[in-house]
Amino acid sequence: MQVYNEEDYLLLSGIQHFNFCRRQWALIHIEQQWEENVRTLEGTYVHRIADQPFLREKRGDKLIVRAMPVQSQELGITGICDVVEFVHNLEGVPLAGERGLYLPYPVEYKRGKPKKDDSDRSQLIAQLMCLEEMLACELSTGYLYYDEIKHRVEIQVTSADRERVREVLLEMHRYYARSHTPKVKTGPHCESCSLNRVCLPEMLKRRSVSSFIESRLNE
Amino acid sequence: MKKLLNTLFVTTPDTYLSLDGENIVIKQEESVLARYPLHNLEAVCTFGYAGVSPALMGACAERNIGLTFMTRNGRFLARVIGESRGNVVLRKEQYRISDDPRRSALIARNLIIGKIYNSKWILERATRDYALRMDIKRIKQVTASLTEAMQIVRDVEDLEILRGLEGNAAVQYNSVFDDLILQQKEHFFFHGRNRRPPLDNVNALLSFAYTLLSNDMTSALEAVGLDAYVGFLHRDRPGRASLALDMMEELRSVHADRMVLSLINKKLINAKGFTRKENGAVIMDDDTRKLVIKAWQEKKQEKIMHPYLNEKISWGLVPYAQALLMARYIRGDLDEYPPFLWK
Repeated sequence: MQVYNEEDYLLLSGIQHFNFCRRQWALIHIEQQWEENVRTLEGTYVHRIADQPFLREKRGDKLIVRAMPVQSQELGITGICDVVEFVHNLEGVPLAGERGLYLPYPVEYKRGKPKKDDSDRSQLIAQLMCLEEMLACELSTGYLYYDEIKHRVEIQVTSADRERVREVLLEMHRYYARSHTPKVKTGPHCESCSLNRVCLPEMLKRRSVSSFIESRLNE
Repeated sequence: MKKLLNTLFVTTPDTYLSLDGENIVIKQEESVLARYPLHNLEAVCTFGYAGVSPALMGACAERNIGLTFMTRNGRFLARVIGESRGNVVLRKEQYRISDDPRRSALIARNLIIGKIYNSKWILERATRDYALRMDIKRIKQVTASLTEAMQIVRDVEDLEILRGLEGNAAVQYNSVFDDLILQQKEHFFFHGRNRRPPLDNVNALLSFAYTLLSNDMTSALEAVGLDAYVGFLHRDRPGRASLALDMMEELRSVHADRMVLSLINKKLINAKGFTRKENGAVIMDDDTRKLVIKAWQEKKQEKIMHPYLNEKISWGLVPYAQALLMARYIRGDLDEYPPFLWK
């Protein structure tokens, strides 16, 4: 099994950016560009509940932990789970300082409502795979909580899902190793992208600079 | 394109700037002169010694608000910069190009084409607008030779030759610059460029306008993650923002010269605002400096169509747009650096 160095870990949250647009991911994670827009601020706002690392709750058979750092050596990623619920389960694993056996369920907070594309899902699946590796257990369920519907959606994870996430991460590592920002097709999604003014999507579809200069000099 | 926010110019000496919540507070002795919310500001520029609290410096650095200190005469002193923006991969590529004379020349020649093109069209426009007041024949001779110079520059891949061609073109442009001054000619004339110190009113105005432009250019370069001190046309020299100077070349005439000309021609300033020292050095008074700053700010708000991006932006964002295009060229998104060709 290939194992990544911590040096080469990518941010887990990047999976979402990568699925949205490879160029956006490269601008954020390779070129270190970041711009706030309404959507990113909403995202931060939604996470205000989750982002409380010192809050630990016990409710019945549940232990609720927030802002839990996770990693996977096999996938070469690191990140933070918004909320992890540890639930008593006879098939579970022992936890340091706790009695009984538990299984973790990651809960990821998202702005808006459930989306048609796979990006929220794959981020959650990556978190789940990190938890599996760190706690040496097998999991199949996680939740996506959507701010707009104020509801969590249960996500069942299959082996095909895991395979897809592995493939996406391999591709991300390849780009990262080359420090390459790909040019990609522009589209309606560019409108909602917070990095619009750094990426210059219009520029990507424009004619060559050479022909621009030639035509100006010959007028 | 991003929005152009305000630049706060603090020209009152002996003021102290501090942070109060999300606001910048300007104090003189213990009384509060003004208070502005930070989120409306893009840059703060202080003239003369104005103390700034460390908390405000931190807040500006964090929000990427340029904070610049200048002397009362508008000479650059220092700038507060936060964490380096962008990333090391971009800057290293910039350094590699800068170390490679041929690759530097490929960028430099486009900057020079931009410079010559823009000076040419300022002259062409003047011959159209003031046909009866100018020696059209003389100016047309200059524009014809500038047109020719651009065609030659287009094929040159040698930095020294480029510098020579640029110098010649500048001499040509300067030789008719005085013709563009149509009012107050007894006090405002141009017989060549001098700057350390400026020896006439026009040179004093030009120097100050270039300082304002170089500040905007430097901030724009830092904002997109480029190193303003490592240039392609200008050689490295400690303390010199060579890339900012490189990038200014194409904007000097359209951005700064035109503003200076309109201040004189519209009689917005007059000779009383200038003092000649015993040795011939000319300095501007505070009120004139304020008028220039005001004109600069107004020009920055004007909207134009960016010639390459085909996007409506304000003049004030042109340095940023060009810095962004330079970064995108260095990253490999574009086949050449697109100069700002303004007509």
